[in-house]
Amino acid sequence: MSRRRTWLLAASLGNLLFLYAPVAVLIVFSFNASRLSATWQGFTLQWYRVLAEDEALLAAVQNSLLVGLASTVIATVLGVCAAVALERCPFRGQRVVEGVLLLPLVIPEVMLGVALMLFFVSIQLPLSLVTVTIGHAAFNVPIVVVIVRARLRKLDPALEEAARDLGASAWQAFRCVTLPLLMPAILGATLLAFTISLDDFIVTFFTAGPGATTLPLKVYSMVKSTVTPEINALSAILVLVSMALVGASLVLQRKPVRA
Amino acid sequence: MLAGWLLAPALCWMGVFFVLPLALVFVISFASRGTYGGVEWTFSLANYLNVVDPLYLKIFLRSLTLALATTVLCLVLGFPLAYYIARLPVRWQGVWLLLVMIPFWTNFLVRTYAWMFMLRAEGLLNTLAMGLGLIASPIEILYSPAAVLIGLVYGYLPFMVLPLYAAIERLAPSVVEAAWDLYAPAWAVFWRVIVPMTKPGIVAGCLLVFIPSLGAFITPDLLGGARTMMVGNLIQHEYLVVRDWPFGSAISFVLMGLVLAGVMAYVRAEGSRRELEVRR
Repeated sequence: MSRRRTWLLAASLGNLLFLYAPVAVLIVFSFNASRLSATWQGFTLQWYRVLAEDEALLAAVQNSLLVGLASTVIATVLGVCAAVALERCPFRGQRVVEGVLLLPLVIPEVMLGVALMLFFVSIQLPLSLVTVTIGHAAFNVPIVVVIVRARLRKLDPALEEAARDLGASAWQAFRCVTLPLLMPAILGATLLAFTISLDDFIVTFFTAGPGATTLPLKVYSMVKSTVTPEINALSAILVLVSMALVGASLVLQRKPVRA
Repeated sequence: MLAGWLLAPALCWMGVFFVLPLALVFVISFASRGTYGGVEWTFSLANYLNVVDPLYLKIFLRSLTLALATTVLCLVLGFPLAYYIARLPVRWQGVWLLLVMIPFWTNFLVRTYAWMFMLRAEGLLNTLAMGLGLIASPIEILYSPAAVLIGLVYGYLPFMVLPLYAAIERLAPSVVEAAWDLYAPAWAVFWRVIVPMTKPGIVAGCLLVFIPSLGAFITPDLLGGARTMMVGNLIQHEYLVVRDWPFGSAISFVLMGLVLAGVMAYVRAEGSRRELEVRR
């Protein structure tokens, strides 16, 4: 029995090594003094300094934050309303509506990208940060709906009913009882949508026009041209930022459902 | 009534910026390419027939093969890990699951770049292997199907582990012990007890890996180079390089058809599992 456990532990640690080694190596080499080789030449923070002085990169970060913020706000407002409607007021044809709202999660992202590009070109809306934001909101609405609905399903409807019995209007009951209870899920969904928007490459790639470079587009063009320690440094920062965002999102969603 | 007002904004948004664009792609897939790259409105099935041209069929077959190989490798790698996690004390399960999830939340470009850094001719693996005297000259792994396979497995392994874990966690350890107690050989315990009882998790994990692998774009683009194109890259190529939008649209719809077939299989498997549970 214990031999089998040792074998399982070894296989599991092997898996973790496979998952973590490449990213760890990437981060370690962001401090490497050598520009070209993959051998260690001494510690330096030079590549981080180069990044901090890269104007185009800073502009791309700014664009990403702008798109992330705008698309997250849109997706959160639309998604929360839709989740409440779907969960609390069953209606005919609900399955079709749910299908439309969930389909973006399963179709290949490339397809969403080309479809949006084609659409924007044919209604002659010039590709810009605006079109990127619209695209991001389109794939973020379903994510918000899924997360907020899951939380709504766990809430006891008796809480809202009690408020109504005590004379609250439907709006008051929602505003003072349901919404506060939903808040952790809404914040979690918001952070997740923001993270996904910041990380998105494919939809952005097809819907961004000239001058509308976001951070992933910038990373892509850097990676495509050469392999340099600057990209390692940038990667290290991105890894830490997404971990922090996801950590925050998880903590928020973990909060127990209680009044 | 209220439901309508709450749903309207989201539905309008998704209708205009999701359903309408998809419908447009569908319509254009029956048109043909104009002389200068525009769209000529003639109805024909030529674009769909063109997909079976050996040149493009090869790319579809390569995508299917790579997606299938990715799925099998993820299953083989992920199963022991999922089994191990599911049998840990509950406190540790959360920690291990988080460890599996963290890389998944790291920027996909960055994770793919990490493998470019490792696999390049002058990359870390070659440098290490040459330093240790294992190889005399660098091996070119980058820009090959093997590199794409590694990248895909790396990218989607967490998708396999999570549903497997959920299925194994529900399998009572006493059932497996009973098999051992009755002197079942190891292969029988695995194939005739563990596998059948965790089948829903296996199916779910396989589809969750297969579907995104089939439509992959970044991984083959960065690790595969021009010679290891997958369907996702072909669509991008037709749209942005050849500017044959109608043909690109037809390929998109064939790809979506394949993906939706996978999703349907998943929904049906899920449905039959629920039915089974109810009957019990």
